[in-house]
Amino acid sequence: MSTSAILLWVVLPYAAAAVFIVGHILRYRYDKFGWTTRSSQTYENRLLRWGSPMFHFGILMVIAGHVVGLLIPRQWLYAIGINEHIYHLGATWMGTAAAILTVAGLIILIYRRRTVGPVFLATTAMDKVMYVFLGATLGFGTLATLVYQVFGPGYSYRESISPWIRQMIIFQPHPEMMVEVPLFFQLHVATACALFALWPFTRLVHVFSAPIPYFFRPYIVYRSRDESRGAGSRPVRRGWDPVAAPQPRGKRGSNR
Amino acid sequence: MKVMAQMSMVMNLDKCIGCHTCSVTCKQAWTNRTGVEYVWFNNVETRPGVGYPRTYEDQEKWRGGWTLNKRGRLKLRDGGRFKKLSRIFSNPKLPEIHDYYEPWTYDYDMLLNSPSGEHTPVATPKSLLTGKDMKIGWSANWDDNLGGSLETMDQDPLLAKMSEEVKAEYEKAFMFYLPRICEHCLNPSCVASCPSGAMYKRAEDGIVLVDQDACRGWRMCVSGCPYKKVYFNHRTGKAEKCTFCYPRIEVGLPTVCAETCVGRLRYLGLVLYDADAVAAAASVEDEHDLLDAQRGVLLDPHDPAVIEAARAGGIPEDWIESAQASPIWKLIRDYEIALPLHPEYRTMPMVWYIPPLSPVVDVVTNTGNDGEDADNLFAAIDKLRIPIGYLAELFSAGDPAPVDLSLRKLAAMRSYMRGVSMSDHRDESITEAVGMSGPQMEEMYRLLAIAKYEERYVIPPAHAEQAHDLEEMGCSLDFEGGPGMGGAGPFGSSSGESVPVAVENFHSLKNRQTSDRPSSPGRVNLLNWDGNGTPEGLFPPEDGK
Ligand code: SF4
Ligand code: SF4
Ligand code: SF4
Repeated sequence: MSTSAILLWVVLPYAAAAVFIVGHILRYRYDKFGWTTRSSQTYENRLLRWGSPMFHFGILMVIAGHVVGLLIPRQWLYAIGINEHIYHLGATWMGTAAAILTVAGLIILIYRRRTVGPVFLATTAMDKVMYVFLGATLGFGTLATLVYQVFGPGYSYRESISPWIRQMIIFQPHPEMMVEVPLFFQLHVATACALFALWPFTRLVHVFSAPIPYFFRPYIVYRSRDESRGAGSRPVRRGWDPVAAPQPRGKRGSNR
Repeated sequence: MKVMAQMSMVMNLDKCIGCHTCSVTCKQAWTNRTGVEYVWFNNVETRPGVGYPRTYEDQEKWRGGWTLNKRGRLKLRDGGRFKKLSRIFSNPKLPEIHDYYEPWTYDYDMLLNSPSGEHTPVATPKSLLTGKDMKIGWSANWDDNLGGSLETMDQDPLLAKMSEEVKAEYEKAFMFYLPRICEHCLNPSCVASCPSGAMYKRAEDGIVLVDQDACRGWRMCVSGCPYKKVYFNHRTGKAEKCTFCYPRIEVGLPTVCAETCVGRLRYLGLVLYDADAVAAAASVEDEHDLLDAQRGVLLDPHDPAVIEAARAGGIPEDWIESAQASPIWKLIRDYEIALPLHPEYRTMPMVWYIPPLSPVVDVVTNTGNDGEDADNLFAAIDKLRIPIGYLAELFSAGDPAPVDLSLRKLAAMRSYMRGVSMSDHRDESITEAVGMSGPQMEEMYRLLAIAKYEERYVIPPAHAEQAHDLEEMGCSLDFEGGPGMGGAGPFGSSSGESVPVAVENFHSLKNRQTSDRPSSPGRVNLLNWDGNGTPEGLFPPEDGK
């Protein structure tokens, strides 16, 4: 097997995964303050009102589709009555619908980013890099679906790409499975790896803040004053404990 | 009964001269940074007027606060958890920047550096969002002193509830100022709307804060607050709001807006309340009962049972003492002259107002009558149904009775105290007419008119003990070189570890002096210079360098 195959289909994905995981941990550890959607809705809402929900709901469908297609072995699906034909129809048509929604949403959002003055000014360099890779990943994925699945003979990636991924996950890489895969699928996978490597350093981290706990917490949140800090905003430092009057007998807590 | 303590404020509107000092000092302390240029934690509105952001009181449009569902239970007006999350990608009720105003600066450099010519150079306004020339068309107090309000006044959501004839009369009859800060509500809908759980009410003193490390920029709090007192920092992508100046309160200092208020009209103090009773009080059916329900949630700090429960709840002894000395308790419960702002939003706001009598007095004196005579004033209050209706829309969900009583007490105080100081004559018939005794009236006068510093601000000494050692900024050099010292981190504006508020502010100020100016590149904007040090660019480069 060629070195390039190993580099592309073993080293790159593992490196991307490592950066993805370690990057998120480090970012969460050191940059909670920067961890945000960085919404630009206050600047402009006319385009965002359409673009953002289209993109986000679309991409959620896309992710769900990828989980079913890549991670779930097809024998399991056969077992619950989803045969090759049904799967192919569902994946192609629902996939195409999701792709159209997502890509159209992304186009609206990128157009907005470029043309609305304040939004463009608020775009960081990292955002721009991220848009390139996000756009490329989505673009190649859509192309692959269109060229091979919708207008082409249909390519059964569940015999090559899916097992390749599952083998990667259990640390028994089989790069040869990817060699024969059509070009657009290869490009899609490669750009996706790059996107994952970039992920922790972009605003995409907000994906991991999806506010699911909101469903389970009471509406009103109470929290105590951060006792690791003294009064005021300065943290208490060792050796600088506040001088306090001795506690009068029988009085509790008057020296908080 | 679960006793909790709440830091609260009362403002005496009679004394507000609309000078905006409070707004400016608050801004200097908290929001003079890029990203929050348009944000005024404290703003002063002229009423009648459209407010800031424009028409924020129109809850049919903005849908903030709580309402009752069919079964009479509290629900967020703009929908509960599912609805909130389904709209998370684009929040339809989020005010846009133009509902506040587009922030701007001026091209001051033109004034300094333009070559001599025929015409006087002009500093053109530049948008702080785009850096381009802009036409200024609105601001936080555009209709100040009713300026231009012929055009905009009909957008006032409260006036819209009244008739045409009323509006015409209003404009000549009645004007007052309404300073607004966050209400630090007992039942805060901003907190309930936050999907990340980043907003919280402090268990010790009830101050409502945004955890800047946990906020993810979902923006639901902004639309959830009916007073529109949570703002979105468009640079950092996080929500920010009035902090009740907690670093100052913790060390026993009054808030910046209170400390610097020219009219000395703000009172600060603790009240004890029953946290278990809040939900029931906020869900009484008739909006007119909300005021009494909220008064009922507050607990008498002199009641032995309350003191016992407070001790059991871990409230320190000196906090209980402060609650007993609290001017807030006196104004809200003893004298019953302070009223909450828009109780009908059902958030149980805790910044209360004493409604303004002075416009009534003006009406009386303008007709050539004695504006200090109790009967004249009472008659005028009876006659000025319309302005009182307006005040009632603000302070008691439209019920004129509480506003009426409050104004009568102020009128009675005015004429009773004239008797005392002019002829040492104590006419108790005046005070009895409003259900108060003479000595009680004199006490109230002392609190409202003399308004000694230490009587206005009763901030628990538990914090004051530490004040000396922990004075803010006393040693801010400790932080120099620490991580995230302002400026743009690797992940965009202000990323990196968060720093204590005071330090962050200090550094932003420094940043502001040296960066981000569409005008005069490389030069310091003297308007933002705090007078310390010599920031780069303060002086033009020396020759030969
Ligand atoms: S006024 Fe303050 S505490 Fe009340 S809902 Fe609005 S932001 Fe929250
Ligand atoms: S309490 Fe502090 S933060 Fe809030 S409005 Fe007043 S000065 Fe501003
Ligand atoms: S500083 Fe005081 S008097 Fe001046 S506008 Fe503010 S509240 Fe009113």
